[in-house]
Amino acid sequence: MSRIELKNINKYYGSNRVLKDVNLTIEDGEFMTLLGPSGCGKTTTLRVIAGLEKPQSGIITMDGRVIVNGEELFFESPAKRGLNLVFQSYALWPHMTVFDNVAFGLKVAKKSKQEINTLVHSALERMQIDKYAERYPSELSGGQQQRVAIARAIAGSPNLLLLDEPLSNLDAKLRIDMRSELKRLHQEMGTTVIYVTHDQVEALTMSTRIAIFFEGAIEQVAPPMELYQNPASLRVAEFIGNPRINLIDGDAKVENGCMTVTSALGTMVFDKEQFTDATPASSAFSCRVGFRPEQIHISRTEKPGAIKARVYSGMPAGSETLIQLVIGGHNFLGKQVGIRHYRADEEVWLTLDQRLVNVFDSGSGALIKLADTGEF
Amino acid sequence: MTQTALEQPFSRKRRFKNRLRNTFTNPYNIITLIALILLVYLIVVPLGEMIKTTLTLAASDLRRVKGGTEGEFTLYYWTRLLFSDVSRNLFWIPLKNSLIIALTTSMVSITIGALVAWLMVRTDLPGKNFFSLAIIIPYMLPSWCKSMAWLTVFRNETIGGAAGFLSYLGIQSPDWLAYGPVAIIIVLSIHYYAYAYLLVSAALRSVNSELEEMGEIIGAGKTLILRRITFPLVLPAILSSFILTFSKSMGTFGVPSFLGLKVNYYTISTSLYSTIQRQKGTGFAISLVLILLASINIFINQKLIGSRKSYATIGGKGGRSTLLPLGKWKWPIVALLILFLLVAVVLPLVILLYQTFMLRAGDYGLSNFTLHYWIGDADPNIADGLPGVFKYDQFWMYVKNTLMLVGFTSIIATVCGQMLGYINSRGRQLRSGKLVEQLVFIPYLIPSIAFGSMYLAMFMNTRYLNIFGLSIPVVPSLYGTFTILVLVSIVKHLPFASRAGTSNMLQISTELEEAGQLAGANFVTRFARIVFPLAKNGFMSGLMLILISIMKELDLIVILMSPSQATLPYMAYTYSNSGFQQPASAVSIVMFVMVFFFYWIANKFFHADIAGGM
Repeated sequence: MSRIELKNINKYYGSNRVLKDVNLTIEDGEFMTLLGPSGCGKTTTLRVIAGLEKPQSGIITMDGRVIVNGEELFFESPAKRGLNLVFQSYALWPHMTVFDNVAFGLKVAKKSKQEINTLVHSALERMQIDKYAERYPSELSGGQQQRVAIARAIAGSPNLLLLDEPLSNLDAKLRIDMRSELKRLHQEMGTTVIYVTHDQVEALTMSTRIAIFFEGAIEQVAPPMELYQNPASLRVAEFIGNPRINLIDGDAKVENGCMTVTSALGTMVFDKEQFTDATPASSAFSCRVGFRPEQIHISRTEKPGAIKARVYSGMPAGSETLIQLVIGGHNFLGKQVGIRHYRADEEVWLTLDQRLVNVFDSGSGALIKLADTGEF
Repeated sequence: MTQTALEQPFSRKRRFKNRLRNTFTNPYNIITLIALILLVYLIVVPLGEMIKTTLTLAASDLRRVKGGTEGEFTLYYWTRLLFSDVSRNLFWIPLKNSLIIALTTSMVSITIGALVAWLMVRTDLPGKNFFSLAIIIPYMLPSWCKSMAWLTVFRNETIGGAAGFLSYLGIQSPDWLAYGPVAIIIVLSIHYYAYAYLLVSAALRSVNSELEEMGEIIGAGKTLILRRITFPLVLPAILSSFILTFSKSMGTFGVPSFLGLKVNYYTISTSLYSTIQRQKGTGFAISLVLILLASINIFINQKLIGSRKSYATIGGKGGRSTLLPLGKWKWPIVALLILFLLVAVVLPLVILLYQTFMLRAGDYGLSNFTLHYWIGDADPNIADGLPGVFKYDQFWMYVKNTLMLVGFTSIIATVCGQMLGYINSRGRQLRSGKLVEQLVFIPYLIPSIAFGSMYLAMFMNTRYLNIFGLSIPVVPSLYGTFTILVLVSIVKHLPFASRAGTSNMLQISTELEEAGQLAGANFVTRFARIVFPLAKNGFMSGLMLILISIMKELDLIVILMSPSQATLPYMAYTYSNSGFQQPASAVSIVMFVMVFFFYWIANKFFHADIAGGM
């Protein structure tokens, strides 16, 4: 259990700046996910915390104790930070049995034989792989190797558990099993967890908070559903959610504490409570209206207040149906639960709850209109 | 302690203290520092010493230079080598000879090697499993052994000494065939075609046959495809093997010494050997020329092939490969290959073995059969009273020397190689890692005989460094000791050892080590418990290949040898030079047996790639 604070971390490889003033506080007992496209610096951040990379500047504290001071070239050795890491490749030592893999760190720490035995078996039992203790890693399946890697990391009861894309090498079904397993593990052990992934579904389902990275800098830190409902920028909005958010160009005008947005979806008026810090006080500018595919209600009959649209193509997939729609040359996606059959060029009527819509400033990309949060 | 509270302001002093501590507790830095110091001392300094010796007047040459004083700067040795009345015989003719031999050998061996490679990879040649091993075997016999066998067959009466097998049958082989360039080129080609074979077959294997099939689809004939598609794709490999063979045959000493000296046919390496005995300065100058030529060669190689190499592997890794049917040529080609192998491998061995059983050299009759040269007691009437090798104390001493040399050298060289490999694999992007890699590569540039002479220059006399009036010996006089043989063999084999070490270490992902680091294991524990166990197999196979290579070594140590430290190759060499053919052959046979035994172990237990030791 521990609280980690990163302050102005900068990391360069040669002249290539891979981390740009990273500031992040991870509260005790949190499940923090570092999310972002590949090459965004999330793994580097994790390795900096682990002590495997040395940042050129910045300070990291763990429960108030400084473990990294980049300017003063002080780097606490990884072993003394009270943490452990599960590698993406698992990094199991192929010449040691499962038992020895898990016991290695405890042996190095010179624990008694009996204690080692107890700790290793409890870790293996927790991951339900006790019966494989005498096998070698090459004799296990990918999922079992993954469990060994986690058992090895938790055997010494670290205060902080780091996971680097641990599920990326598993097949789709195992990935879902392991997700729930990891979430349970976190709740049972109460350890602070930092988890790196590029898979937004993993991030959204498991984390208490998500830090989203782009090009070496943190763009937003928020609980998963807040990130989904109110992405701080266009980039975040486009990255989070599958299928992607729909974005339609429009014109915004802020006047007398009211924002009027005109787009292919008609005219929408928002009041002050829905503004963000980035909303300009009074001006006219171009904007983008963002809404999620599942927020569109599609009706085959005309309704008052509904907007007429044309079906481009319908794509039923069993549990859901995606519908490509067109309004005045703008393409966007709708989503309905269950099986629906639409003909191409069929006319439909759409309704959209204005409270759920996001509006972004086209120039800066910043969110300027909040959506209502809660269960929708 | 250097721990700071968050609020403390930046302190330059702490930064400096931490920097020092980080630098000196990082095992990578320490290993690299030691490696750099040793490499400079063992490679750069000897080279410098050799250059210095060629420019410094030696005491023994005072009478040749008017008004000269010992130790003064002089261009005497260089002018003598390049622009004096002796330079024609000393330098220019040997240089011409060397160039002719290197050029012809390269062409012949590449033709053979590439052809065999094409047969093995691209056609439906029967018995490929057998051939793939048999084709490499000639390379296992040292080239100087092949020249001994050559002499046994072709030696004629005009030169004197016991006549060869052909003479016994009543056929007088002409001088031009028995000795000199033709003999040298043939023996070297039989030896070096293995390079071309290995490089070209690797390249051919990487050519996806779909590239050729594409040619077929657009209607090109078989020869056109071979000429316009296959050949250009393997051209880089061919050029590479050309350069390799060229520089190897340029620097080789054993073969031209066996087959050339008797008829006063000198190459640059044999000229170097005989000059160095008389006048070190001039000999070292020849050495430097040889090194220069080799470096130019490698440089051309990098320039010429570096840019083209990239497309050598285009078309991916193998893929499907359709074999060309040989049709009616199948069996004639097999017969030809077998004949070739007989001539290159079996015949030399049989001849040498047979010779050890002949009481009088050159008489192949049954009545001449004897076991004297193996187990006979000393007899003043036979070979100046040399006893049979197994009864000869000196022989056993040489066996012991050889085993000690290969044992020490291969273990030390391999350990160093793994360490260097560790530096190379972990420090690829760092300047220090690159510098180490480049320094280690230097011995590869220098032909063995020149490398040996470099060490002669360095370790001839004890050298002192004067500091505050104190004379500290920095370079001990090692000439004639066992240590210098070990040292020169280690350093000369470092390029291979470190290449083997690098590929070995690259296999071990850094994450395995990082996982150990997180578990709290320090560098020594990590190396002992994680890196070494995983590197073990590569370590052993590298060790065996180095061991075998040193066991056969003659060129490298011939200049540094003293009788009490001699090894088996040197023993065979001196016997042969003194006209004791049978003992020389017996010693060679013993060495073969040892070499094959170690190859067998390397291959059987450590899965060593036999071709890897080149």
